Amino acid sequence: MADEVILLDFWLSPFGSRIRIALAEKGIKYEYIEEDLRKNKSSLLLQMNPVHKKIPVLIHNGKPIAESLIAVQYIDEVWNDKSPLLPSDPYERSHARFWADYVDKKIYEVGRKLYTKKGEEQEAGKKELIEVFKLLEQELGDKTYFGGDKLGFVDIAFIPFYTWFKTYETFGNINIEKECPKILSWAKRCIKIESVSKSLPDQDKVYDFIVEIRKKLGIE
Amino acid sequence: MATNQEEVKLLGSVKSPFVCRVHIVLKLKGIEFEFVDENLANKSDQLLKYNPVYKKVPVFVHNDKPISESLVILEYIDETWKQNPILPSDPYHRALARFWSKFIDDKIVAASVKVVHSVGDEKEREKNVEESIEALQILENELKDKFFGGEEIGIVDIAAVFIAFWLPVIQDITGLKMLTAEKFPKLYNWSQEFLNHPIVKENIPPRDPLFAIYKAYYDSLIASK
Repeated sequence: MADEVILLDFWLSPFGSRIRIALAEKGIKYEYIEEDLRKNKSSLLLQMNPVHKKIPVLIHNGKPIAESLIAVQYIDEVWNDKSPLLPSDPYERSHARFWADYVDKKIYEVGRKLYTKKGEEQEAGKKELIEVFKLLEQELGDKTYFGGDKLGFVDIAFIPFYTWFKTYETFGNINIEKECPKILSWAKRCIKIESVSKSLPDQDKVYDFIVEIRKKLGIE
Repeated sequence: MATNQEEVKLLGSVKSPFVCRVHIVLKLKGIEFEFVDENLANKSDQLLKYNPVYKKVPVFVHNDKPISESLVILEYIDETWKQNPILPSDPYHRALARFWSKFIDDKIVAASVKVVHSVGDEKEREKNVEESIEALQILENELKDKFFGGEEIGIVDIAAVFIAFWLPVIQDITGLKMLTAEKFPKLYNWSQEFLNHPIVKENIPPRDPLFAIYKAYYDSLIASK
């Protein structure tokens, strides 16, 4: 049975990165299609995600799945013969879903304030982002990964934002390593894993892209 | 099975649509539980201990282990008590069910909350009403069977209790029309079927007290502008 797996994505996207990591963890071969977000949305994207018209979209045998955490769970349920991404115990699963949802609700939107806002709004964003990281640091505790001994759902949800740290630190004038050293050491452990490192964009490229975006938006 | 019948608690408030979701599922599955009525103006130590991150209801506690966020709770309940499943067994349909439940939270509930809070700012309010209507249209287009779950109610229907019961209350209070039978016949019919479902009908809060609470809140919003 030949599986056709396509990922419609954009290199920068932390959400797309999550799906790339999940596919790599499971050793799934797939076709990567880059959606150029600077151009008009492709007909494939509009057809595969008519509701939100956003990447990433995972397409399995012609059937689209949008929303990165939903796609990661789908991958875990279909390719359930190796590398489980979620725990098997229902309570542990609910715990993982809760924290992945927390990452989803907080990091991207709050982080954006650091490189798109100024003054009070930016200050509030900085404070909130550090609080979010500290709470995650507390949740990590002394574990190697959020998933315990192995990379899990929360690690996959969170690690793509590591590539945004330089951006957050430079524009937000914060020092994440100083504020949350355990988060840095966790991130460094994660990127030693091949499925993670080959799925994430380069931190400097992310930063350069945001510099360009800010110029376009007229933020100096 | 015996361990599942140990301590089951739901910390909540009768006025919350998110608590209602959990309430409906527990009744659907015939699970016995203790309901702890939280005064949200004066949160209990228990609530703060069990949900330190958001300090909100619902919180579901099973044998002293707490879970927050209604959709996370619903999945846990479905995985732990297998009778009357609310999620499909096929991974693709599960993904779709999760997608639409999230859509309801992110697009419909969120827009409705903004509609209520934008009282006094006509332009902002109009924008929020439009967003709400767009989202309802998408859901209208999606509905193919009697329920989102097919012949029986599923997680999407239960998540949408906000649309069936709370949205009409908001509409009556604000005088704004978003979900109407003319604009959204399928969704409107769905809401009537859903509210008449034997389990749902016994487990939604009484309308008049709910209306009074929300009206008082709305009046206080207007007074503050």
